[in-house]
Amino acid sequence: MSIKIKNLYKNYKGFEAVKNLNFEIKKGSITGLLGPNGCGKTTTIGMILGLIRPTVGEVLINNKDIEIEKNRISVLEKMNFISPYVELPKKLSVEENLIVYGKMYEVKNLQNRINTLCNDLNLKEFLNKKTGELSSGQKNRVSLAKSLINNPEILLLDEPTASLDPDTGDYVRSYIENYAKKNNTTILLASHNMSEVERLCENIMMMKQGKIIDEGTCEELIFKHGRVNLEETFLKLVRE
Amino acid sequence: MKLRRMYALSIRHLYLIRGSFPRILDLIYWPTIQIILWGFISKFFTMYSDYYNNTVGVILSCAILYDFLFRSSISFNMLFLEEIWSRNFTNLFVAPLKLSEIITALTFTALVRTLIGIVPAVLLMSPLFGVSIINLGAPLFLLFLSLYMFGTTLGILVTSGLLRFGPAFENTAWSSLFLLAPLGCVYYPLSILPEWLQYISNLLPLVYVFEEARSILINNSVNYDNIINALLLNLIYFSLSVIIFYFSFYGARKKGTLVNMGE
Repeated sequence: MSIKIKNLYKNYKGFEAVKNLNFEIKKGSITGLLGPNGCGKTTTIGMILGLIRPTVGEVLINNKDIEIEKNRISVLEKMNFISPYVELPKKLSVEENLIVYGKMYEVKNLQNRINTLCNDLNLKEFLNKKTGELSSGQKNRVSLAKSLINNPEILLLDEPTASLDPDTGDYVRSYIENYAKKNNTTILLASHNMSEVERLCENIMMMKQGKIIDEGTCEELIFKHGRVNLEETFLKLVRE
Repeated sequence: MKLRRMYALSIRHLYLIRGSFPRILDLIYWPTIQIILWGFISKFFTMYSDYYNNTVGVILSCAILYDFLFRSSISFNMLFLEEIWSRNFTNLFVAPLKLSEIITALTFTALVRTLIGIVPAVLLMSPLFGVSIINLGAPLFLLFLSLYMFGTTLGILVTSGLLRFGPAFENTAWSSLFLLAPLGCVYYPLSILPEWLQYISNLLPLVYVFEEARSILINNSVNYDNIINALLLNLIYFSLSVIIFYFSFYGARKKGTLVNMGE
């Protein structure tokens, strides 16, 4: 599935959170969305998920306009999302949470899917534990399992490794990388972790004050701005 | 509408109840206390009031009916508030759930939640005070249906406010029913109210339900006009509340409150 954004604007009471966004993410590619806090990344992801209504413009998933309710539901069936600001019910066990979301996404052979994900993400021993009792690294892996429960064709990752220790962060990055390759998943990754973006993303979009100010591959951006790595390139662009 | 998705949303809340004994206790505790309190008040009025003379259980039956309404409404609100408190709200709205599926699932789950609390209280009425709500006979089902519809309607309206204005609207969730109780004529006849207030009260289905409950218990006669009026008013208000819920959802999308809603 592909994502096409056409002439997208979002205004909140006179404040322009997103201004004239135009981009396309091809099926099976991983694209990074970089920018300082408040630059419009979450608003953009919110509009792609259908949670926020654009003021102007279109979000087309596989050429379907998600503003049409029927399209929104059929697209959401094949999409999923993870964010450190969104949690799963803490009082439910890991297994109960995965069952609930598996049924919500109408996953076939749900128990097999849960077993596979729990094996892959080392969650087997926590299946009966309450989600709220897990460490932040373990919770993050449960959220990742939830976001993959429907084998999504599009995955929106909003800072997927925020607040994780380096080891767990690396594990999650490797898993996402392998998963995307294996399943030809289209991924939009919003992150502040430059090494993560360098490692995972084929294409990077830099956002500032609601606009995309530059885009390209990691190497192209570093070369174009005469810097030695992505972090320095990012700092140059946001401070200009 | 897909049954499996609605079932998923329901079991999310049933798992929550099943997994916590204090939560079950909390559901049962308040209706039971309410019944015991009104049981004694009812006993006192039965002995010392001309109006309630020889009509054991009128107040107690009305108390249980009102509590059923109160629990229906609060249950619906609670199911929604749970999603906000647990920061699960966004996950729910990025799942492929239609609004009609959310409303239907929460409506039925709220009923289960209400019954868990109210059934033990109803069962206690007979051994403690010698009163059974079954005395209301066959119309009891229609009275319960009416109250359930009205409770759900209020629940949907408060939920619409939560969607549109965020968690700040939470206080309204708790106070909405207290506002309507004096006008609903739960424990006294409509004629007690000043005439101008009676016109307003007549717009509430509650008045017809409680007038009818008293009429059955005191006069032993059923006036189906009251029951039909209550059901018709409920149908109108329920439909309006669903429309408001849809508008609130689209308003929330415009305002961006569906993203990161939580405490």
